[in-house]
Amino acid sequence: MNSALIIILLFLVAAIFLGIRSTKGKDMNLEQWTVGGRGFGAILVFVLMAGEIYTTFSFLGGSGWAYGKGAPALYVLIYISLSYVLSYWLLPVIWKYARDHKLVSQPDFFVSKYKSPYLGVLVAAVGVIAVIPVIVVQLKGLGIIVSQASYGAISMSAAIWMGAISLTLYVMISGIHGSAWTAVIKDIMMLVVIGFLGIYLPFHYYGGYGPMFEAVNAAKPGFLKFPEQGLSVSWFISTVILLVLGFYMWPQVFSSSYTAKNAKVFRKNAIISPLYTLMLLFVFFVGFAAILKVPGLSGGDVDLALLRISIQTFDPWFIGIIGGAGLLTALVPGSMLLMSASTLLAKNIYKPFVPQASEARIAVLAKSFVPIVALISVYFTLNGGTTLSTIILMGYSLMTQLFPSLLFSLKKNNFVTKQGAAWGIIAGIIVVAYITISGSTIGTLFPSLPQQMKDINVGFIALLVNFIVMWAVSMLTKKNSVSA
Amino acid sequence: MKFIYILSVLPFVGILGFLPFVNRVSPFVLGMPFNMFWMVIWVVLTSIILGVMYKLDPRNREGEEE
Repeated sequence: MNSALIIILLFLVAAIFLGIRSTKGKDMNLEQWTVGGRGFGAILVFVLMAGEIYTTFSFLGGSGWAYGKGAPALYVLIYISLSYVLSYWLLPVIWKYARDHKLVSQPDFFVSKYKSPYLGVLVAAVGVIAVIPVIVVQLKGLGIIVSQASYGAISMSAAIWMGAISLTLYVMISGIHGSAWTAVIKDIMMLVVIGFLGIYLPFHYYGGYGPMFEAVNAAKPGFLKFPEQGLSVSWFISTVILLVLGFYMWPQVFSSSYTAKNAKVFRKNAIISPLYTLMLLFVFFVGFAAILKVPGLSGGDVDLALLRISIQTFDPWFIGIIGGAGLLTALVPGSMLLMSASTLLAKNIYKPFVPQASEARIAVLAKSFVPIVALISVYFTLNGGTTLSTIILMGYSLMTQLFPSLLFSLKKNNFVTKQGAAWGIIAGIIVVAYITISGSTIGTLFPSLPQQMKDINVGFIALLVNFIVMWAVSMLTKKNSVSA
Repeated sequence: MKFIYILSVLPFVGILGFLPFVNRVSPFVLGMPFNMFWMVIWVVLTSIILGVMYKLDPRNREGEEE
């Protein structure tokens, strides 16, 4: 056992200890477990929501994209910043409605707005399906961190199993209180570690940012610009817009907005949050620094860029610190995701079919789904290829399908019926599934379009189909209800 | 009220709308390629714009939200 691993282990123990302590003196019913009794102020909501944003994906995937793709990596920074603009308007409305109707999950919102428990089942199912890939990303990131930090002593799959087990225990014991307090430590660690790496590595290896980017530009001309085709400017614009629409559709992000004490919390958070995302810039700097110093990573291995350049540069004890920070970035969002998925399964999929089940029974059931969801995620982690960012992007195109029916439900006179909402979502999901499985792009679907159109994110087609079906079915079902 | 609605469009126009015109490496600003610098500046401006929106938004003046 090397010093890096010992330090990582200490982080894990500290996180679990904090998780247990945070529940002291609280009756852990479902409302406490999932939405913290709705008593969190601006700072806790801020770290909690940031906790879901700065996951292992931004840590390893962000630097991996900068390393592998160059300028297009900036999409991560931009979609998060622009999502906060949306949050300023959207979250207070959602929060207020949730508080007035005592909602604890995202499907509750649809159930309440559209008066249909089965729409809730559908929304919950979409949520669980989309969340599992993101848990996979966390486990994969955890595996990468621990196996790299052990200098090969612990295999990737052993690390994934250990991660999944600790994650499960952590969630079952502490619920959201643990996540919130660990999120505080995690964010401080991330700021320090990423800030340090993003400044130290470019100066150590190149003597500054200017020389670094000039060296990269000289070695790989065009790498720092958006390419003419593929990940081009139109890809960037369309992808960012889709991600912004999907951002608050994630069940765990949606329901962590319920934890707020009042609606002003969101508007206040919206102001500082874009500045906070600038931290990602340092993640990119690490990725760019690695291009010339640890060359040759390709495919899924680009996610190793940050750790490889760190291992090459620093002593094991410092790798332990980086690994510890990385571990927390997997633990916090991972626990939130596991909890969301399990709550969805118990409360929004099981309960509608067994309406007589008591609150206490649902709470027990939600906790017992945690290890099941964890096991499914481990299965996909061990049996799937592809990079972290590809997996995340797929989850996003699923979640975005909830946006049209959510948006219209906020209006006073909503023309969308529950059937319209349901069929719109189903149609959108089918299109996403077809696109993902067949590997289609707008270019392959419509080969005669000009290049700029071809690069538009194919998710827009799914969203368009979703909208048309939602509108058409709503019109049909509305007429029937009037004539009937 | 209407005015602050327009403000929230600005970051989208600034970042996404101008991207085709600023997609270039030189000149390097603060050591960063120009396109990266442009985005960084706009992320900062987004914070400032949201701050202005917060100040102008009458709902934030009431003590408790309703």
